[in-house]
Amino acid sequence: MQADIDFSHYLKDTGSGLVHLDLAVEGISCAGCMAKIERNLASIPDVASARVNLTDSRLALEWKAGAFDPAMFVSRLADLGYKAYPFERDNAETLEAQRAQGLLRRLGVAAFAAMNVMMLSVPVWSGNVSDMLPEQRDFFHWLSALIVLPAAAYSAQPFFSSALSALRARGVNMDVPISIGIVLALATSVIETVNHTEHAYFDAAIMLIAFLLAGRFLDQNMRRRTRAFAGNLAALKAETATKFVSPTEIKTVPAAAIRPGDIVLLRPGERCAVDGNVIEGRSEIDQSLITGETLPAMAAPGSAVFAGTVIRSGTLRVRASAASGGTLLDEISRLLDHALQARSRYLRLAERASRLYAPVVHATALLTMIGWLAYGASFHDSIVTAIAVLIITCPCALGLAIPAVQTVASGALFGSGVLLNAGDAIERIAEIDRVIFDKTGTLTLPELDVANLAEIPHDVVKLAGRLALSSRHPVAAAVARRAGVASPLPDIQEEPGQGVHGFHEGRPIRLGRPSFCGAGDLANGILCRDPEASIVAFSHGESKYAFAVRQRLRPDAAEVVAGLARMGIAVEIVSGDREPAVRLTAEVLGVHEWRAEVSPVDKIARIDELARQGCKLLMVGDGLNDAPALAAAHASMSPVTATHMSQAVADAVFVGERLAPVLAAVKVSRKALRLMRQNLWLAVVYNVLAVPIAIAGLVTPLIAAAAMSGSSVIVMLNALRARAREAI
Amino acid sequence: MEVLVFLVPLALALGFVGLLGFLWSLKSGQYDDLDGAAWRAIADDQPVSDHGRSK
Repeated sequence: MQADIDFSHYLKDTGSGLVHLDLAVEGISCAGCMAKIERNLASIPDVASARVNLTDSRLALEWKAGAFDPAMFVSRLADLGYKAYPFERDNAETLEAQRAQGLLRRLGVAAFAAMNVMMLSVPVWSGNVSDMLPEQRDFFHWLSALIVLPAAAYSAQPFFSSALSALRARGVNMDVPISIGIVLALATSVIETVNHTEHAYFDAAIMLIAFLLAGRFLDQNMRRRTRAFAGNLAALKAETATKFVSPTEIKTVPAAAIRPGDIVLLRPGERCAVDGNVIEGRSEIDQSLITGETLPAMAAPGSAVFAGTVIRSGTLRVRASAASGGTLLDEISRLLDHALQARSRYLRLAERASRLYAPVVHATALLTMIGWLAYGASFHDSIVTAIAVLIITCPCALGLAIPAVQTVASGALFGSGVLLNAGDAIERIAEIDRVIFDKTGTLTLPELDVANLAEIPHDVVKLAGRLALSSRHPVAAAVARRAGVASPLPDIQEEPGQGVHGFHEGRPIRLGRPSFCGAGDLANGILCRDPEASIVAFSHGESKYAFAVRQRLRPDAAEVVAGLARMGIAVEIVSGDREPAVRLTAEVLGVHEWRAEVSPVDKIARIDELARQGCKLLMVGDGLNDAPALAAAHASMSPVTATHMSQAVADAVFVGERLAPVLAAVKVSRKALRLMRQNLWLAVVYNVLAVPIAIAGLVTPLIAAAAMSGSSVIVMLNALRARAREAI
Repeated sequence: MEVLVFLVPLALALGFVGLLGFLWSLKSGQYDDLDGAAWRAIADDQPVSDHGRSK
């Protein structure tokens, strides 16, 4: 299956006669795997390098151009016991990685400068109380300036540029007081050095920059890691499409290589990987991932199909399109844009803190200056004291307080199968008091399953499963999967759109539509009880059975709903599916509030209505029809099987068959928010203690440096408490 | 105290060399895989492939 994929899309020419390929490898878990893979692949002649990245579970290969077919590596890795898929870094991931590296470079520069300046500052601090000559002190101050000024100009750029853009937009963010603090500290120090006075704050300024950059880097690294993991997940799905390379010839290519206008062949049982319009063929299609509707729809020339649609009966030719003419997609994009604008108005905790913080601090500094002037101090002394207030209150702990908790909490969430898309997701998930679940694909599993297995004799299930292996219809495939059989029956014919038939032990055997097997009555009986099920009938001679195939609830859905209720969070189901199906799910889960046949517009309307009542909503959904609602809700989560668009707008994505990550996300986020608030309070307490000393004019550079690093370390240590395991 | 004339530039130069070393290690991708690097240090023998980096 893998071997016939065209890899050329992923190959990169390095320029020196070597070809480069990146593979995402499933199952690399330890150093042993790393050594095994590298040793095995590197022993192949003409392979220039094989290097595993253990953090991201990836393998980078380089070999002499034209020496082998890349598929050889995939099969070789399969022999070693690893599944490998080619992948391409998407733009978002490349950008996050570049930002993380840029911040690390600046952090390195700031940290090296801080270390070297400390070497000069310690003698000055100890010299001030002993016998250092003023000339020597000035000389050391000038050296500090030589190191710190260029280092600060380079490494503090992220703060300056962010502060500038905030000021241009006539707003204030946390970077404004930070930038003012840094600039004033440096300017005072230079002026003080020129005037041969005792106190210069070069060390405090550069240390502040280093600590703040550490906070930014932690934040950025968390995002980079999430992106890398999401990239792997996308690669592991190994989405391929069958493309017409000429009017008669087809080729299997990665979905990423399909361009608008390409014509793609879709066969029964396949999941469509592109958006487009049908140009030829008719088929039943399962659009549950798109609309939430579990009953199949009919596709004919002219109808739009979306990525994620499963083809059921016939074969379709589809022209891939970038801007689909499908009204659904257009409408969803429009709703989505609108909802995303609304979300960008959310103020993060750090921003809210800094809105309070900046005016208070600047007013305190101003009052200090006025107070000292009124008290009769010289203009110079008053200004120096006011600046000392600014330096000591510079929000070093504030800059670390939130990123540190976020990093630790996102690590904990990672462990429970939740990947965060947005940095402020933790804050928003922590605040929710109501959860809206989509039904199809969210409360239920995306794969079909046989519901009435207990009513059918075991040997019949086995036989039906072996017959079903000859069909590509997804409903039949569910029977085969559940029967757990591997040997298809011989001499079976497929009747398109009807089912499969043949002979077994001298009697005719059939599997397919109830009418095809003469089991219409049985099917009607089941449909009365379970209107949502798809029926696949089976007949062997005179004996007839009907399998009810449907989407099964996630195994722990009921527990999670109960768990949320215990935490005082209301649960509601809002689905695009028909009423009987939604009612049944709601009854099984014990959810009292549910709505069925809800359009994307109505989903948003419901969310707005609840938001007006003051509810903070967590929307959990997977379909394309959920995407606007995911963006509109206060916070949102998607399963990893969701459509691309939903995953992209959701705050967090969860992996696996279970729903427990939703509960874990709420619990961890609440704990993390508590720690963030604590950290902010710690920063406030520190200021309450330090500011009077600064106002009194008693702050020396030594006190400033010690206070700054002390508060940062305390905040960091407190953040580490988020790692403590929460019983989930 | 004349020794400062000699020692101070030396100290600054050493710091600068350290910084250059850091920048080089960053550029050559040594921080791309911290988990892997930790294990490579205690691996029994180096894989044969170690003569080229992926970046």
